[in-house]
Amino acid sequence: MLQGRDLTCVRGDRRLFKGVSFTVEAGGLMQVNGPNGSGKTSLLRMLCGLSNPAMGEITWNGEAIKSLAGAYHSELTYIGHLSGTKDDLTALENLRIASALSGIQITEKQASDALAHMGLEGREALPAKVLSQGQRRRVALARLLVSKTKLWILDEPLAALDVMAVKLIQGLLDQHLTNGGMVVLTTHQDINITAASTIQLQLA
Amino acid sequence: MFFWIVQRDLLLAVRRRSDVLTTLFFFVIVVSLFPLSVGPEMNMLRTMAPGVVWVAALLASMLSLGRLFSNDYLDGTLEQMLLSPQSLSFLVLGKALAHWLVTGVPLVLMAPVLGIQYDLPADALFVLTISLLLGTPVLSLIGAIGAALTLGLRGGGVLVSLLVLPLYIPVLIFGAGAVEANMAGLGYDAHLSLLGAFLLVSLVFSPWATAASLRVSME
Repeated sequence: MLQGRDLTCVRGDRRLFKGVSFTVEAGGLMQVNGPNGSGKTSLLRMLCGLSNPAMGEITWNGEAIKSLAGAYHSELTYIGHLSGTKDDLTALENLRIASALSGIQITEKQASDALAHMGLEGREALPAKVLSQGQRRRVALARLLVSKTKLWILDEPLAALDVMAVKLIQGLLDQHLTNGGMVVLTTHQDINITAASTIQLQLA
Repeated sequence: MFFWIVQRDLLLAVRRRSDVLTTLFFFVIVVSLFPLSVGPEMNMLRTMAPGVVWVAALLASMLSLGRLFSNDYLDGTLEQMLLSPQSLSFLVLGKALAHWLVTGVPLVLMAPVLGIQYDLPADALFVLTISLLLGTPVLSLIGAIGAALTLGLRGGGVLVSLLVLPLYIPVLIFGAGAVEANMAGLGYDAHLSLLGAFLLVSLVFSPWATAASLRVSME
């Protein structure tokens, strides 16, 4: 269970939001909405523990994420704006290294299966710099297929993806939620996901 | 996990060979400029050799510091490192090791060849190589702190040299001192022991300090 209480975010001398509270249960989806610059990414980075809220507290199963540190990170997959794909590495290497970094070591077979599932069959051995924006996004999102974590925090996962890929990701999220996982995401597109509980969080 | 990081950074270095070669050629050229400009005065060259080689090694090692974290920062890999279940200090140690293997080791291997230009005797060349072998990892480790502190800043390259060069001074003194002591017919063990001590201290403290600086820089 991920819980936020009275979160306030201050950037420079501007207050982006204040008093944001929510509870995401197992199988729950939270969609963070708001115009550009309203602090969606800042909130997501806070939930990961990358930055600290100016006020308020974030807890995971009742314990502050600050004190859990590594134990919390092993239950979390975060895919941000920057996908963390290296131009000079191939799609396959990128996926294997990104998973290893998040604590899951996968074999070459598993990695190429995941990439094939994301529609990148035959492109596993290409360096990421020759892939298109959407294809790079697919490489980054392929991590979700091999991840065993409970909480997914996704910042604009559908940006740059085509219709087929959007369907694929929706299916993936559906499955994760059915298995009792949790998803926090931001998106400007309409998505159609059924979850045990859905929270729409509106940032001004 | 540690080996994944080292392996990844080495793989990246192999794919972008130009980065590695610029550092090495910088070192070679700076060291070679001195005999050309000073002239073939053997005694003078022998006296200045340890200092010149060591200063060139410091500058060459610093030249590549800007790239240590900035690429990972720009493409988002650093965020993923911060979110790794593995402790960040450990990952930082892996990156510093890879940095040393890519920039430090070539300098160590090249130094005895360059030392010949200064008419250094064989045992002085040996001491020079050993002192660089002990000293260059310290440069990578200390440099990592500076690189982490200046991450994402404009003009970070200049700032990193102002931050890091003063911290390099003890390594420079004892590194060059070992070779001078050897040429003066004195023992050089004490100098090398101190370099070894610097290495151990920086192995313990630098990853921790670098990890803390990275967390601050990423907020």
